[in-house]
Amino acid sequence: MVLDFSDYTFWALAAPFAAAAIAPVAKKYLGHNAAWLLALVPAAIFLHLWNYILPVSNGTPVVLATDWIPLYNVKFSIFIDGLSLLFALLISGIGTLIILYAGGYLKGHADQGRFLSFLFLFMGSMLGVVLADNLITLFIYWELTSITSFLLIGFNHKLEASRRAAIQALVVTGGGGLALLAGFILMAHTGGSWEMSELLGNRDILKDSPIYTAILLLVLGGAFTKSAQFPFHFWLPNAMEAPTPVSAYLHSATMVKAGVYLLMRVNPILGDTVLWSTILPIFGGLTLLIGTWMALRQRDLKLVLAFTTVASLGLLVMLVGTSNEKAITGAVMYLFAHALFKGGLFMIVGTIDHEAGTRDLTRLGGLRKLMPISFITAILAALSMGGLWPMIGFIAKEEVYAGIFGTSPHFIAITAVAVLGNAMMFAAGFLVAVRPFFGHERTTPKKAHEGPMLLIAGPIVLSSLGLITMIFGGFTAHSLLAPMASSVAGVQAHVKIGFGLHFNTALALSAVTVVLGLVFYKGADKIRNAKGYLIEFLGKGPDKGFDYVIAGLVRGAAGVTRVLQNGNMESYLTFTFLITAAAILLPLIGWNELPTMPQIPALHFYEWGVLGLALVGLIAILIAKDRLTAIVSLGIQGFAVALIFMLFGAPDLSFTQFMVETLSVVIIALVMTRLSLKEHDPRPLYQFLLDALVAVAIGGGMALLLISVTQVPFDPSLSNFFTENSRLIAHGRNIVNVIIVDFRGLDTLGEIAVVMITGLAVVALIRGTRHAYRKNVDPLDDMMNNEGADK
Amino acid sequence: MEILLALLVGAYFGVSVYLMMSRYIIRILIGVAILGNGVNLLIFTSGRLTREKPPIIPEGSMVPEVITANPLPQALILTAIVISFSFLAFLLVLAFRTYQELGTDNTIEMRVAEPDNEAFPPVSY
Amino acid sequence: MKTLIFRTIAPFLAALMVLFSVFVTLRGHNEPGGGFIGGLIAASAFAIHGIAAGVHSVRRTLYFRPLSLAAFGLMLAGLSGLLSILFRVPFLTGLWAFPEIFGVELALSTPMFFDIGVYFVVLGALASIALTLEE
Repeated sequence: MVLDFSDYTFWALAAPFAAAAIAPVAKKYLGHNAAWLLALVPAAIFLHLWNYILPVSNGTPVVLATDWIPLYNVKFSIFIDGLSLLFALLISGIGTLIILYAGGYLKGHADQGRFLSFLFLFMGSMLGVVLADNLITLFIYWELTSITSFLLIGFNHKLEASRRAAIQALVVTGGGGLALLAGFILMAHTGGSWEMSELLGNRDILKDSPIYTAILLLVLGGAFTKSAQFPFHFWLPNAMEAPTPVSAYLHSATMVKAGVYLLMRVNPILGDTVLWSTILPIFGGLTLLIGTWMALRQRDLKLVLAFTTVASLGLLVMLVGTSNEKAITGAVMYLFAHALFKGGLFMIVGTIDHEAGTRDLTRLGGLRKLMPISFITAILAALSMGGLWPMIGFIAKEEVYAGIFGTSPHFIAITAVAVLGNAMMFAAGFLVAVRPFFGHERTTPKKAHEGPMLLIAGPIVLSSLGLITMIFGGFTAHSLLAPMASSVAGVQAHVKIGFGLHFNTALALSAVTVVLGLVFYKGADKIRNAKGYLIEFLGKGPDKGFDYVIAGLVRGAAGVTRVLQNGNMESYLTFTFLITAAAILLPLIGWNELPTMPQIPALHFYEWGVLGLALVGLIAILIAKDRLTAIVSLGIQGFAVALIFMLFGAPDLSFTQFMVETLSVVIIALVMTRLSLKEHDPRPLYQFLLDALVAVAIGGGMALLLISVTQVPFDPSLSNFFTENSRLIAHGRNIVNVIIVDFRGLDTLGEIAVVMITGLAVVALIRGTRHAYRKNVDPLDDMMNNEGADK
Repeated sequence: MEILLALLVGAYFGVSVYLMMSRYIIRILIGVAILGNGVNLLIFTSGRLTREKPPIIPEGSMVPEVITANPLPQALILTAIVISFSFLAFLLVLAFRTYQELGTDNTIEMRVAEPDNEAFPPVSY
Repeated sequence: MKTLIFRTIAPFLAALMVLFSVFVTLRGHNEPGGGFIGGLIAASAFAIHGIAAGVHSVRRTLYFRPLSLAAFGLMLAGLSGLLSILFRVPFLTGLWAFPEIFGVELALSTPMFFDIGVYFVVLGALASIALTLEE
């Protein structure tokens, strides 16, 4: 199907960017209530995408395409199947709530319009990532998410921590993006198509390719950085510097899920190989354990949630890594449940922060009476996160356990990791949802009270969806999750959602998880205060490593600059000339193109005389001891050149050269009377030898080059053209002048413009204002000092 | 014929390069002046040499009656001479002004743009 | 430099050189010469005059500022190229007219005006440099 401008899907992709443009204007006139209006945009996108549920769940994905760069076969194309549709629905649906939430959260903030604008840009990019079919389109949207998340994370750009987090996110995800681009190019090259939908139709071509390993590692480089897998996980908790709406959005439905999306997308064409099933579970499992452990050790509620996101991503990657249909069904359900409960929890934490003035775990308590709605929604979300009946999270976890137990060759290890991770996740979820609300009331910086409608609308919707999707389990399973699981697994997947309990291994594992989770919850304070372990190092190490890398880059660059750009013009010129000499001489010698030495021709005595005069002039300049000698010698060599022109049939050049030499001597004399020229040239001996060597190399090289040039046959066709047509069509008998003013008039026009500009420049230099750039006074000092005062 | 001029061009380049690697700005400028002449001779010689026959068509005929010197390099050089002269003038004035402002004609002491012992850039975000 | 003889001769020499420069420029299309050489000769004339009689005197003689002359030359060269627009031919195409005045055929052409433009640019820019330095 051809994508054209009358198709609403095109407008759905463009709408967030348009909304980004109008957001600041809307905010200016409507204040924070502009959010109500702006939220209509993602809501409309959501409703439009909803129309695709029926065709997609019937197993007919939609492909829309339009030519973009036809020369390279790059299209702007979108591909809507179960996987991309559910992602797009989550992005636009949660996006609607996030826009509302941002309206309340940043109420009264001077830059709220800009913030909303960034959010929309990010939303548009993210929609593009999941809907793009063409690999180049996908890559561009992928990089756009990196850039827009940089803008969002660095929103409080006056804080250094915020800037650091933003740069970190950009460097890590942008760097991964470059790897991804390379991977995509190899994929397209091997698979013969830039379209993901076409590659999916030809499953084994990439796996059988000899460069499969390279493709896989490059694509994983992109996915792991984006999805914050160990050892790239560090940017995600740091991104908590962003205002809470950003965290809620980035963590629930977008950004970090982009990596998981990509892995799920390529699972049919790259997955189910030994390499895939080794790398993904190992890194995923490691990320899960590190993430949950770090989560339990945090005081800041947002950081607790951030690390659980890292952990959840690890779990998802581990599950995708099994390439097992049932495990993938579990992953899909878990991803869906996670988007709902994590989005809700982040918004609740933000509301607590907003209303109580702190989000320090140890300083909050007893909020359940003050913030009853937040309390209920938090409990619902935490139940889902902990995988407890009757929330969607429960079914998801059951499915995960059922999917991994007994199916993978290393299922015992994977199951153990999953149970341990989930138990800690359970504890972390309850730390966030229970701790602040129970216990006795604490004094907080602000008197806590329930948040306004804009703030609590999102949590209410998302948390209750955790239950509603269970109630309408048939629809959820058949229309949303089954198509997605089928796309990911590459075969028809079956999803069942119901309230009924099945007494099997999965339920037993769940029971173990809950018991373990309660233990961790009780011991949370001990874990937090425990001394560092290896896992601590694994968690924090890469973050410090990032600093070292950046510092090393800066210092390394400064060091290299100091060595190469040392402010010593002598050395610049020496290097330049050395390389020039090499460039002239090496090809001549290397390709054995040295000219044959011709006979010295017979010359008239006056010709010898002129050549001798030129040499005398040159040598006199070299050994001149005072400025008069130097100027006169300069004149001598110039007049010799004029004579050479005269001897070889160039009277115009000869006259010009005479006049120019006269003027040069006059001007140099005028300047030299003002400049006190050092009489001698005090180069140290080694310098003298080096410079002489370079000079001889260049001089000899040029001579050899010119002799070679003159020994190849001359092609006079261009000169003949001018000679033949000078009188015929340009009515001039002086061919040189005709070339200058007629045939090559445009060149001459440019050249006289240059002459004119030098005239202007000279006058400006002489008459310009004078500055006190005296010796030993560094003019930059002033500037530096002023800058320092600002800090 | 060309061989001798080629050797002369080599001499011009050698001398100018040697002068330009000096520390003193006047020597550098003299080197630049010589380089201009060297380049002009290079172009002239690579267009091949013809003795004493300027590329001028005699009155009454449409093309030259004898083989003349190659007009194309001459046209190139003619403008090059004037431009290199005006640039030389500009460089001279620039050097003179630099000398006035900085009080030195030694390029090693000219450190306004690249100060000595510049501090390392700060390592922060 | 300010010897009596030099100071006396310089204005005449300069005047002669300027006259010669005009001659060289105008004959440039058919004989050795042209705008570049003519301009250089004229610029040297003013430089010599400046050394002998002082810059002030030269500026008074020139009447126009040298850079204005150069700008005029650049404009003349540009306009002589633009004239081709009227005849719907590309920029800088040579246009020729051979009107007969008092029985003498005159060759008027845009390349000639272009060359005159070159003459003024070289004269103005170089004289300006020389005079600025002499001050």
